[in-house]
Amino acid sequence: MATAKTVEIPVIWLQCATCTGCSVSVLNSVSPTIKNVLVDEVIPGRHINLRFHATVMAGAGDAVIEEMESTAQNEKGKYILVVEGAIPTSGTGKEYGSIGEHNEEPVSMIDRVESLGRDALAVIALGTCAAFGGIAAGEPNPSGCIGVGELFRRLNVTTPLVNIPGCAPHPDWFVGMVASVLLAGLPGPEDVDEHGRPKAFYGNLIHENCPRRAYFDEGKFAKAFSEPGCLNELGCKGPVTSADCPTRHWNNGVNWCIGSGSPCIGCVEPGFPDQLAPFYQKLTEEALPNIGSK
Amino acid sequence: MGKIIIDPVTRIEGHLKIEAVTENGVVKETRSTGSLFRGIELILRGRDPRDAQRYVQRICGVCPTSHSMAATLNLDSAFGVDGKIPDNGRLLRNLILGAAHLADHILHFYHLCALDYVDVTKVVKYEGNNSALNSVKAFIQRGELGPFVPRYEGDYRLPDEIDQQAVAHYVQALEIRRKGQEMLSIFGGKMPHNCAIMPGGVTEVPTVDKIASFLWRLNEIRDFIDNVYIPDVLAVAGVYSDYFEIGQGCGNLLSYGSFDLETSETDLTKRQRLLKQGTVSTDLKLGEVDTSKITEAVKHSWYDDSTGGLHPSHGDTRPQPGKEGAYSWLKSPRYGGKVYEVGPLARVAVTYVAGNPTVKTLVDSVLSHFNAPPAALFSVLGRHAARALYTKLVADTMPEWLLQLKPGEPVYVDYEIPDESTGMGLVDAARGALGHWVEIKDQKIANYQCVVPSTWNFSPRDNDGQPGPVEQAITGTKIKDESNPVEIVRIVRSMDPCIACAVHLVTPKGRDLGEFRIC
Repeated sequence: MATAKTVEIPVIWLQCATCTGCSVSVLNSVSPTIKNVLVDEVIPGRHINLRFHATVMAGAGDAVIEEMESTAQNEKGKYILVVEGAIPTSGTGKEYGSIGEHNEEPVSMIDRVESLGRDALAVIALGTCAAFGGIAAGEPNPSGCIGVGELFRRLNVTTPLVNIPGCAPHPDWFVGMVASVLLAGLPGPEDVDEHGRPKAFYGNLIHENCPRRAYFDEGKFAKAFSEPGCLNELGCKGPVTSADCPTRHWNNGVNWCIGSGSPCIGCVEPGFPDQLAPFYQKLTEEALPNIGSK
Repeated sequence: MGKIIIDPVTRIEGHLKIEAVTENGVVKETRSTGSLFRGIELILRGRDPRDAQRYVQRICGVCPTSHSMAATLNLDSAFGVDGKIPDNGRLLRNLILGAAHLADHILHFYHLCALDYVDVTKVVKYEGNNSALNSVKAFIQRGELGPFVPRYEGDYRLPDEIDQQAVAHYVQALEIRRKGQEMLSIFGGKMPHNCAIMPGGVTEVPTVDKIASFLWRLNEIRDFIDNVYIPDVLAVAGVYSDYFEIGQGCGNLLSYGSFDLETSETDLTKRQRLLKQGTVSTDLKLGEVDTSKITEAVKHSWYDDSTGGLHPSHGDTRPQPGKEGAYSWLKSPRYGGKVYEVGPLARVAVTYVAGNPTVKTLVDSVLSHFNAPPAALFSVLGRHAARALYTKLVADTMPEWLLQLKPGEPVYVDYEIPDESTGMGLVDAARGALGHWVEIKDQKIANYQCVVPSTWNFSPRDNDGQPGPVEQAITGTKIKDESNPVEIVRIVRSMDPCIACAVHLVTPKGRDLGEFRIC
């Protein structure tokens, strides 16, 4: 309920070279619902104040750009920046992707992520594109897309950054990360893996918890799609992919990729897509990790 | 002379800018600019053709299912299995695609468009016991109104009670569209980006528990469409009835149809579909689709002029940012050299003039409700009404497909990837006519091209100087308050832009990629 003590947490959600799938996925959050996240106190006494999100916000044009810029200026070091999508860097960057204008000149996504990133309390790179470049950075990477971490390294931005990859990321991974920041502050180095992903969600290989694992151990493999059995021979990347999909499941738990008879394509990994493709080609023996040693 | 620049246009998918030049408050000239470039089709070259289904969905996370369907039809034809898809496979594809369209259109009306007509702040006056409205009221009273303010001010006409009810429905629709995506995932695996629709059929098998689980989500969504969505569209239309005369557009409509009723016919322009393939203009005469009439102009797009006017199956694109006279990353698809609009209005209008009795009854009942002629469909409200009626038609048909499923029977037919082949996939996405073309060499993708709905609708001028559909729809509109140009965003959103889809790039095989790196 509303009280004078509610702490407002400003959030700026920037969409760069994205398909908007990460936003759509977050809309699918169940507990809390997206309405709980936006309107209610998502953690008692704390309210996510979404100042800028191009897909949901009421306003348009200069007024919303001003809202975004004034949030960064007036609440320096207090707002969370969410970046969805990769950052195009070919040319000066602005030819391939811009957000809003200054004096009728488009402002590049590079400039937006840099300036908003420098002044943020923390940055969440949401989805594999924002975290590592993702689909848009697939060979030959026509627009020179990179992830937020790489941009920050190049420009020496030191704001704390958490990667929540996935194509799309599970809404629980995002909402869980936000709730964790509100409750316990920023994650420490021991809370994330070598790719900046929270271990709480990305700590185990798909293969370790896969319900089809028994088929793998018994050597029962599906030879064609829609057959029962382990999907290894149909190209499953579960043995090299770290996420909790097999236990969490997707869309309110109704299903998930392997559950629907379709191989994991490794969409949370830094090498996605190029190092995980072709998606339907069997992993080589060398690529199969030593299960349990991780 | 005045100039209105809206950058970014929000509550759409993607990065879009609209510039309108006004004289005495009337728009004289409009420019629609797509301002993000990724080049997914170029990324597809050289890859395993089966992977295309996964990549193309990442063109757009709002309408990935339609892209997976177009890619799959495209690959079905390239692999030679287009006439052999098992009935279970066809039905499951229809159910997955149908679930996507229901969720998408409900999202579009409530979460992308409604805030143009509904004033959330009126909820502060609410004195009832609807818990959703009371929590919105508490939110307003805390005083931090993002993301609902700032906004264009001035033209919120709904009476308080209807307005408040619409806000409650906005909240309810969040749940309903989420359940639509859950329904999709029951057979599609996950959303966004389903994994089950594949060349040859689907990977998921129907079981009785999944059918029941799907059916009861569908029943809840149908109840919402009949008792909330359609009444809300009619209520908004009643209060904003001037929008039956605003945003007419180019007056030509193109539909590829949607939802295969059989798969033995391999010509996708002739296959039996629930929504029909065809063209229709303001004269309401039905035309057949001839895909050889499709070309893409680039004179006002940031691509080399020598690549203009080609058919998409032979498309060539060379980016040229900063090109003189160009103002968009979108090309200009044209049909027989003319400007065509695509979308729910197109497929409903085509199916209407084709004489489908259910569609005729639905459309005529809405027209008679407003005492309006069929010409009124070519408008902002006509598009919203057509979208809602389409949603109802699909939702009402889905139970039949669900009950035709035969657990235990095949959903998939296997195939070999040919050394060389070509394919074409045509289907209406939620936002309109979507075409994919592929050329396979050495079992790899040599060339892949998509011509997507928003490229049609938001295209810039073509080589003859003809403005694209949204440019035509905005030009001539009277803007009451140029600092709050709500008329423009209402027109733009009525066409449901999806700009990530609309910007793409193709090159012929063998081109040195270095040539594309600008600066």
